[in-house]
Amino acid sequence: MSILTDEDILVPADVIEKTLSKAMAMGGEFAEVFIEDRHGSAISLDNKRVEELSSGHDRGAGIRVIVGELTGYAHTQDLSEKGLLAAAEAAAAVARRQQNSGGVIKMGSPTHQSEKNLVKILPETISKKRKVELLNEADEIARSGSDKIAQVQAGYGDSRRRILVANSDGLFAADDQVRTRLSVLCVAVGDGGLQTGYETLALTAGFEIFDEYSIDQVASEAARIAISKLNAKPAPSGILPVVIKSGTGGILFHEACGHGLEADHILKDSSVYTGRIGEIVASPKVTLIDDGTVYRGWGTSRIDDEGHPVQSNVLIKDGVLTDYMWDYLRGRKDRRGSSGNGRRQSYQHLPMVRMTNTYLIDGEDDKDQIVADTKYGVYVSKLGGGQVNTATGDFVFGMTEAYLIENGEITTPLRDANLIGNGPEVLQNIDAVANDFDICPGTCGKDGQNVPVGCGQPTLRISQVTIGGTAGA
Amino acid sequence: MPELMDLAEKIVSETQSGEQIEAFVSWGISTEARAYRGEVESLSVAESAGIGVRVISSHRQGFAYVGSLSEKAAKEALQEARDNSLFAGEDEAVGLAEPDGIRHGELDLWRDELSRSTTEAKVNLAIELDKACRNADPRIRQVTSSDYGDSAAEAAICTSLGIKAQTRESVCYIATDVLVGDHEDTMSGSGYSVGRELADLVLAKAVNDAVSRSTRLLGAKKQKSSQLNVVFDKRVTATLLSILAGTLSGEEVVKGRSLFAERMGEQLAASSFTLIEDPTNPFAFGASSFDAEGLASRKVMLIENGQLKNFLYDSYSARLAGAASTASAVRSGYKSTPSVGAKALFLSPGDFDEKQIIEKVGNGFYVQEISGVHSGVNPISGDFSVGAEGLMIRNGQLTDAVKEVTIASTIQKMLQQIMYIGNDVEWLPSSASGVTLAVSDMSLSGN
Repeated sequence: MSILTDEDILVPADVIEKTLSKAMAMGGEFAEVFIEDRHGSAISLDNKRVEELSSGHDRGAGIRVIVGELTGYAHTQDLSEKGLLAAAEAAAAVARRQQNSGGVIKMGSPTHQSEKNLVKILPETISKKRKVELLNEADEIARSGSDKIAQVQAGYGDSRRRILVANSDGLFAADDQVRTRLSVLCVAVGDGGLQTGYETLALTAGFEIFDEYSIDQVASEAARIAISKLNAKPAPSGILPVVIKSGTGGILFHEACGHGLEADHILKDSSVYTGRIGEIVASPKVTLIDDGTVYRGWGTSRIDDEGHPVQSNVLIKDGVLTDYMWDYLRGRKDRRGSSGNGRRQSYQHLPMVRMTNTYLIDGEDDKDQIVADTKYGVYVSKLGGGQVNTATGDFVFGMTEAYLIENGEITTPLRDANLIGNGPEVLQNIDAVANDFDICPGTCGKDGQNVPVGCGQPTLRISQVTIGGTAGA
Repeated sequence: MPELMDLAEKIVSETQSGEQIEAFVSWGISTEARAYRGEVESLSVAESAGIGVRVISSHRQGFAYVGSLSEKAAKEALQEARDNSLFAGEDEAVGLAEPDGIRHGELDLWRDELSRSTTEAKVNLAIELDKACRNADPRIRQVTSSDYGDSAAEAAICTSLGIKAQTRESVCYIATDVLVGDHEDTMSGSGYSVGRELADLVLAKAVNDAVSRSTRLLGAKKQKSSQLNVVFDKRVTATLLSILAGTLSGEEVVKGRSLFAERMGEQLAASSFTLIEDPTNPFAFGASSFDAEGLASRKVMLIENGQLKNFLYDSYSARLAGAASTASAVRSGYKSTPSVGAKALFLSPGDFDEKQIIEKVGNGFYVQEISGVHSGVNPISGDFSVGAEGLMIRNGQLTDAVKEVTIASTIQKMLQQIMYIGNDVEWLPSSASGVTLAVSDMSLSGN
């Protein structure tokens, strides 16, 4: 599966060289061509019926020119020499201060092309009929366990994104990214009204994920959550200890400190973590990593969207802040290299610093013992998302499956609510970390751009955090 | 500018017997400039275009899109959509919108002036905004971004049932984010101004909003948990109305996912509460002559004096419900099929302005910002819990600043507990207009 031989994306090296040379000749100090070709298919089932099959194709190029502190950007859907040169001219217009003599850019062969592809079965080789069957199966399983399941919505999606990045420093790299997902939303009806359960399977991999994981795991889990919440009581209001089950709790770190460790916020002094390298920012039980190389992680790729190989970066080691995350532009400003965190939603977007797969590594506590040691608190088995203000560090995260802990035992299910805390304080309050690591997929939104990410952690406890329910705590 | 309707017609002319085809063709040009420390930090300019094709055959729907306006791409999309339709489940209600004879209004949503403005003038607006913010107040320690952005977009919808609709719209905005205080006590605030051409943009408004909204939160602290009355700022109210509209979607109703499904005609809200969806109002940011299936936009009374009167329908959900489409189909571009959504919600104003409402409420919490809407509001169960920042109301006055708390209730209860609706309607860049709103008996969670 070689990338450059596919005629869909073929842009000859000499056209890329001319494009970069044009951008540099017009005054660029740095120029970059990002070419993207994306095919996707999606199928949705709702109300017991496959409602729609959708497929799409987008391709285009984004051209970035940097002069001093200025970035010029233009994108085009026209990948011909004429189209690319016009975009290069538009991007360079912002930089048109002085005319450089303009060195001629020469490209070698793109790197990464020969690396073994992780994808065993390209989703595009699977029949639509088979994909439709998956959803019908999910619907059947979700409804089979209980007559309380009133509605099931299931979605299948796959995407194949081929990118090619070349820049005036001679970088020339390509990647072929395949993602496949299945999600199920169940609605249960009981005396107290409607409740929901959601579960998803999503990996940077091909259709083989359905040989390895059963649909049953996804569909039954969504149904189980919805039904378990039918007897849910309002969540407490106030400060309590909270135990967060392994997996989706990684959202906590994504919000509590992940965004605040992105170098764009750091360089603009809009993060509570600015200037704190080498300081204790978390409990000694916290070692946090952002890792674009996680095997088939939802935020995994071989190169980032600036062509740099992704890395495993230790951000916090035993509670001490060790590094931020960097893209090319912010690394350049700080006279250091990228950490492989330059990502963009599509060729229509400027790259910026983004997380890949962000996770807390295993500790030494036992997950059951953590619950047993908690006299009264909340056990969160599923988080549904969050939001942070990096400047103040205040963040929220929402629980979509949670229970009370009473006398060391998990008891009454709780209705959905947000939790709120301050990143640096919550990180200090992590007083137990188990050894049952798990990782989950998510979508991260920043500045209007969405990218796939992974979040993970072992079961852990926060000694105190505010729970935003309606019942007296 | 390519002839969008010509291309849409060409696609539809391929309709075979027993088939329905809809072609949606769009084109847009956009500029985005960001200033920082008195200089341009980034400038993006781009054109983009695409085609979305729906094919319905034997009551099955298929869809495909392509990011190009070439005839080859159009053929590819049509063929793929046709193939996709073969694998969908059959449903009698599936079909394109039937023309219903309702004439569309002419809305003035386009200004040639925008395309005549130079890039330099646009960039200068971002730079001026940055400078004005930096000089506006000594407590400002950082202006993290000052943006100018615009788009001029056109779209054509053509269907084999005889619908032809063409729209064009220009939009521009300036927006800024500022940080105030020092590292021990930092608060953030944003301000913006939106219009259809550069002359509409009010720099001072963006600056004043960003500065006043951030500085008045300085010194904010967590509060003790309590039950109290809450006054929502206009921007927050617009968000709340958008959430509410999701529960009034006819599609969610017929599929058993609306908490108001069985409650038509019932008293859902306080009698002062009248909610209208009206995309024909030219002041609404989401104003539009047509919906996303090409039907003429119309005014829909959703809740009148607290009573549930109507749900929002597109043609599919209307057929399922045995109702008529309310022309409430929305789509987020050529990559998606139409679905039900609100775009111009309007809450009938009450008698008092913000200051008077705060006085009348007496004691409570004025909420300026909310966070975590997607993680803490479940529009199916009605559970509502969001992070909040704002100011305590004591003896009818705004007093100490509050942060890091949540406010919670349920959507059902909040509607019943509405105390006051402001008379201070403002058209915001949102699917709803903004107005001050007071709701009683909410749970504040703090320490």
